[in-house]
Amino acid sequence: MQDVVLALLAKEPSHGYDLRRRLAAALGPLGEALNAGQIYVTLTRLEKTGLVVQEREDAPVRGPRRKVYALTASGQQRVAAWLAETTGPRADVAEFHLKLVAAAESGLADPLALADARRRELMRRLAEVQHAALAHDVNTEAGLLLEGIALRLQADLRWLDACERTWSARAPGGRGGGNG
Amino acid sequence: MTRDGRRLRGRSRRTGTPRGSGAQPAGTALRAVGLTRSYGRGESLLWAVDRVDLDVPAGQTLAVTGPSGCGKSTLLQLLGGLDRPTEGEVWLGGRRIDHLGERALAGLRCRSVGFVFQSFHLMDELTAAENVELPALLAGSSPRAARRRAAGLLDRVGLADRARHLPSELSGGQRQRVAIARALVNEPLVVLADEPTGNLDSAATRDILHLFDELRAAGQTLVMATHDERVAATADRVVSLRDGVPVDDTRLADDAGAGLGALLSWED
Ligand SMILES: Nc1ncnc2c1ncn2[C@@H]1O[C@H](COP(=O)(O)OP(=O)(O)O)[C@@H](O)[C@H]1O
Ligand SMILES: [Mg+2]
Repeated sequence: MQDVVLALLAKEPSHGYDLRRRLAAALGPLGEALNAGQIYVTLTRLEKTGLVVQEREDAPVRGPRRKVYALTASGQQRVAAWLAETTGPRADVAEFHLKLVAAAESGLADPLALADARRRELMRRLAEVQHAALAHDVNTEAGLLLEGIALRLQADLRWLDACERTWSARAPGGRGGGNG
Repeated sequence: MTRDGRRLRGRSRRTGTPRGSGAQPAGTALRAVGLTRSYGRGESLLWAVDRVDLDVPAGQTLAVTGPSGCGKSTLLQLLGGLDRPTEGEVWLGGRRIDHLGERALAGLRCRSVGFVFQSFHLMDELTAAENVELPALLAGSSPRAARRRAAGLLDRVGLADRARHLPSELSGGQRQRVAIARALVNEPLVVLADEPTGNLDSAATRDILHLFDELRAAGQTLVMATHDERVAATADRVVSLRDGVPVDDTRLADDAGAGLGALLSWED
């Protein structure tokens, strides 16, 4: 949560309400459980650790000048590190999804490059699992577990193809409009 | 489907210096230089394979992956001399093959390339053994030598007891094993397998992957096209194609299970 909130702030200083709206948009129905309180709690923690500061909005579109949250220098470093760190094979779908959204919104990383790095990582992992799986009978306990892990990794790789299609269609002058 | 954005960017990358013809480095079984195949013209012009540079060292197993329509089959057909490139070169075992005449190419395909297809492509009216013998006979083997080699190969793929069966009497996995035996009968420089497990269930797929593993251990160069990540993951190396262009080239470790512990999500 902290990393995601920080990454969303990398685009521009924002009000808590605005962050919640963007997070909800990125999460779709999964974001319904998200309440404004969680965002404010996270922002307060981030402020305490010096990763964000509150400042006055420059030029409000309408209404009075509100307080907005902005990244500090160390907040920016942390976002860059989070985007660059390769997510492990166990990383959950929503976390990686938000990383792509945050990368695209902030312009701090190329979502397609993140997807490529993750594909290589998952493929290497799948190679290890498949070599082990072929060495074990599927009807043994070990073989059954390896089969399950291989199927999970395969599902992750297929979802990554979908990510790549969507993000490359959105990228300015990106990898073309996908296939077939 | 137009791919203009990428296409223009891609084309403009081309530099003035003509690339590469020339002998391939020693130890290279198969080489593509600027390999390109387009279909259609004008509005419907499409680059199925787009300036692919590829070196496959002897003994390597390479998986070409990517979504349907990305150019895998076209690439394999170009590499095996089943199709001719629009531009670029193909070198097989140190010899340039893309500009050979039809006769020379047919001979070379028969002797130096073993093809395996998704739908097996066996001759229905021939027995398993006869299917395997056929390319040996076409390459000039004596009937005796062909029979002996076919018997040895059917044994190697676990089908010694099915030698006299017709394809219609075999399961899909068995048919594909016959097709692999046939692909090997002339001891080809390279085996090209296009979606070799595409029509098989998971048990038969395992059999084929075990067989490929044995081929790899025996030093057979193998290039397979597959959209199945689990199949691709058994290769030494994976090249991903998108719209005919290689977008990734990853070497895979073959140390079974080196990092498997990391997959357990136990926290304590
Ligand atoms: N004979 C052909 N004529 C016209 N277009 C073709 C022909 N063969 C293939 N294509 C096109 O070339 C592209 C690559 O096809 P293919 O190599 O079969 O892809 P893959 O094997 O990855 O599914 C596709 O867009 C396909 O429609
Ligand atoms: Mg194909």
